[in-house]
Amino acid sequence: MSSGLGKPRSRAYFATWTAAFVLLVLGIVWALGYATQKVDYVWRWYKVPRYFYYQDDVEIHAGIQGTVAAIVQGSDGVTTIIVKGDGEQESYSLPKGTGSRVSKGDFIYPGDVLGSYKDWKVGILLIGLWITLKVSFLAIIAGIVLGLLTGLMRISDNPCFRWLSITYIELIRGSPLLVQIFIWYFVVGTLINSMLGQAGLPLVPPLWFGVASLAFFSGAYIAEIVRAGIQSIHRGQTEAARSLGMNGTQCMVHVILPQAFKRILPPLAGQFISLVKDSSLLGIIAIRELTKVTREVITTSLQPFELWFMCALLYLVLTFALSMLLQYMEKRMINS
Amino acid sequence: MIRAENLSKYFYVPHKMVALNNVSATIKPGEVVVVIGPSGSGKSTFLRCLNRLEYADKGHVYIDGVDVLAPKTDINKVRAEVGMCFQSFNLFPHKTVLENLIMAQHVVLKRSKKDAAERGMVLLKKVGIHEKSHVYPDQLSGGQQQRVAIARALAMDPKVMLFDEPTSALDPEMIGEVLDVMKALARDGMTMVVVTHEMGFAREVADRVLFMDKGEIVEEGTPEHFFTNPQSDRTKLFLSQIL
Ligand SMILES: Nc1ncnc2c1ncn2[C@@H]1O[C@H](COP(=O)(O)OP(=O)(O)O)[C@@H](O)[C@H]1O
Ligand SMILES: [Mg+2]
Repeated sequence: MSSGLGKPRSRAYFATWTAAFVLLVLGIVWALGYATQKVDYVWRWYKVPRYFYYQDDVEIHAGIQGTVAAIVQGSDGVTTIIVKGDGEQESYSLPKGTGSRVSKGDFIYPGDVLGSYKDWKVGILLIGLWITLKVSFLAIIAGIVLGLLTGLMRISDNPCFRWLSITYIELIRGSPLLVQIFIWYFVVGTLINSMLGQAGLPLVPPLWFGVASLAFFSGAYIAEIVRAGIQSIHRGQTEAARSLGMNGTQCMVHVILPQAFKRILPPLAGQFISLVKDSSLLGIIAIRELTKVTREVITTSLQPFELWFMCALLYLVLTFALSMLLQYMEKRMINS
Repeated sequence: MIRAENLSKYFYVPHKMVALNNVSATIKPGEVVVVIGPSGSGKSTFLRCLNRLEYADKGHVYIDGVDVLAPKTDINKVRAEVGMCFQSFNLFPHKTVLENLIMAQHVVLKRSKKDAAERGMVLLKKVGIHEKSHVYPDQLSGGQQQRVAIARALAMDPKVMLFDEPTSALDPEMIGEVLDVMKALARDGMTMVVVTHEMGFAREVADRVLFMDKGEIVEEGTPEHFFTNPQSDRTKLFLSQIL
């Protein structure tokens, strides 16, 4: 494009086509708005924030039977209610700003409401986002370890290592991730949890099978990235290192990997971004990640348009932040 | 010092290709041996067989009595004692000049980084690049890079230095500075095997010249013998082309 090989362009050329771009985008937005009006869809964006953060009523219940002996107003705004029962005494503290619903001398039964206050709670969408983040983070870490080991095995002289890595890579790349998730959950998960159950041990929650499926999936691709990165380093580097008396491992650690790592980072960033997006499949094995909770919210809120857009936007924020982070790392590595 | 006996090396590319054919040579301590010959004659292969960068298919190599090709030999120990310089320098681009010199001393010889840096600076002075010790290799000229590469090999305190066309990748005005370093090294009594097309260097520095062609040592002798009175027709042809 800006290779300088094309003929020189005038200012009018840029102005015209920039305008065309803006018009096109506006046109698409308008068309969407028009279509939703036609089907009488009512946009209610104001309903969305409550799925991030919402106010919840919290009630404080009495635990014993007795009379209210005292209501003490603390200097920090905390109200303490002391209930005296038959030979027992209990005190309940209500946070600042909570009105007490009882007065001194009232008779209280267990379960009676002593006071209530409003509290901010994290909404389900944010919880889903957190699970997506957690699953992705764990899978990326495990994927890096797996990918590095497999990549090194792939270029090893040892036939067992080499064939193991080739088999692993080909198996993973040759089948859909969805199927692999099912295998991890319904086959591996069933086997492991049945055995754990028989041994009386606690079961492994689905989240970990989800992490495993993503880690093994991306590990295979990372292995190929690592292999290509290592092989892109000129042979002369290995020869120089070995001729100085370094063994294979020393050469790999001190000479090849540090150089390969710089070249690996950009494709690795792409792989991580894919992984974050692929984690949206994990809803099918009952992991409440972002996509799954979005579907749940839609069944109660009935505002699918806003929520799917919001869901997409949240993924965009995650992937964008990730690519920024890796670009930052890349810059720092080049400067070092 | 170095004894090569009946070395043969084949490459299968995919047909069997004889790169070295029954080559024998002896290099005495303190001797400077220059290997010349046309391109593809097996000079590099011969040199690389000496420190087992290529594994010879037949024959033996002894360095200070150690059988290099024996499976039991600690090849890394042998290689640490045999310095090697390549046509393409092969400095480590992710390390500064001084770090290039420190790395193998620290990793292989287990010298402390401080001692290795001291030794490194002494050698950088010797090759005349001590002012650039904290610069990355890609900021140096080719001649400077090759001198750093020589210093890097010397930092291991080698008994022998092998040079594979150290000046072939250099612009003409930089050849001299590298050859000067090598001459100084020869004067200090270093045992050297040098593959080169620099006939001036051969004439001036070499104790002995080997002429290789088609994987064989065709002729060997003093520089004087070579440049005034070559025997073989192939040597005569080569010298007539190059001089
Ligand atoms: N790694 C290799 N694989 C295949 N053939 C090779 C390899 N290295 C060298 N050869 C071949 O062996 C012959 C000798 O090569 P070389 O020792 O590099 O010659 P020189 O250094 O004298 O130019 C050449 O024909 C070359 O093509
Ligand atoms: Mg060569």
